[in-house]
Amino acid sequence: MTYFVLVCLVMGLVTYFTRALPFLFFSVRKPSEFLDFLQKYLPAVVMAILVFSMYKDIDFRAGPYGIPALVAGAITALLHLWKRNVLLSIGAGTAVYMIFIRMI
Amino acid sequence: MRGKKSSQSGRSSILHAAFKAAFKASIPVLLGYITLGIAFGLTLVAAGLPWWLAPCMALVIYAGAAQFMAVGLIQSGTGLLEIALLTLILNARHMVYGLSLLEPFSKAGRWKPYLIFGLTDETYGLLTTIEPPVDLDRTRFYAAITALNQVYWFVGCSIGSLMGSALTFDITGLDFALTALFIVLLVDQVRAVKKPEPYFAALLGCILALFISPKNFLLVALVISTGALALLRERIEGGPRGTASQGVSEKSKQDSMQKGGRP
Repeated sequence: MTYFVLVCLVMGLVTYFTRALPFLFFSVRKPSEFLDFLQKYLPAVVMAILVFSMYKDIDFRAGPYGIPALVAGAITALLHLWKRNVLLSIGAGTAVYMIFIRMI
Repeated sequence: MRGKKSSQSGRSSILHAAFKAAFKASIPVLLGYITLGIAFGLTLVAAGLPWWLAPCMALVIYAGAAQFMAVGLIQSGTGLLEIALLTLILNARHMVYGLSLLEPFSKAGRWKPYLIFGLTDETYGLLTTIEPPVDLDRTRFYAAITALNQVYWFVGCSIGSLMGSALTFDITGLDFALTALFIVLLVDQVRAVKKPEPYFAALLGCILALFISPKNFLLVALVISTGALALLRERIEGGPRGTASQGVSEKSKQDSMQKGGRP
């Protein structure tokens, strides 16, 4: 019981530390032009990495060859380019994925 | 009496508006977090841990990957120092996230500590990509999104651990909503950042990370990509300034200036 609570607290503190570090580090100095640059372009980099990370563990050589995730992802992206409706894009993509993994 | 009442209702309507906008923006996270949260609760109970640990972790830790890792570590009775170190490595990627939120969060006042606490991958994505409605205070919108996301996660974890295997409907695949969310946010970023270099940097980081350390993929990919992005800075900013290169936040600043609102 004590061990469980301690694990929660330790992991909570460390996680908070990782999230807070940039704010602690840069609270003393004025944000530079370089940070302005990061603020502008870093989110694009992070999103691309996160999308990649969701696909990296799929085995493209066996089973459904990653087709459900690829097709559903393409539908999500195309719908969003076309209609710009977040819920429609995500809803349709997720529905297609759930149907595909049950059929293939 | 009357004045007090009207100011109260004014305040609550502002709150109401913030939550309404935030709810709409966060529905994809709702789907994903409930599903993943249930999966986590089931895993935790199946590993023989007490059910209340799942909601506790959702409250105190609030980090999906770290919580899944914790189940295995607790099961094998890992020491606290080692747990701390592993958590540090697993969540080190969050250090990069803060770098692009320094300025927006600096105006968040008493909400700032909580906004930092709730900075998950998905929350980061929403905060940096979705624009709050023009008439809405940015901090309130951020706080509402962050709080709602944590509520979804908390509810998911609780359902999973309380219901155990009594869950009868098949929700396999619903967690694709999170993949779809990242794709949508990426499309929005591509629309705002019309330069190829950031995506080259990301691709380079991802491919190298697969070879260097698939286990710490996100961390390695982020570090390499951020480094590559920094090296490409002159190339990126060298072009005609202030035309196609403006990111989301810059554009929104201009929008609100034009409408005479607060920057």
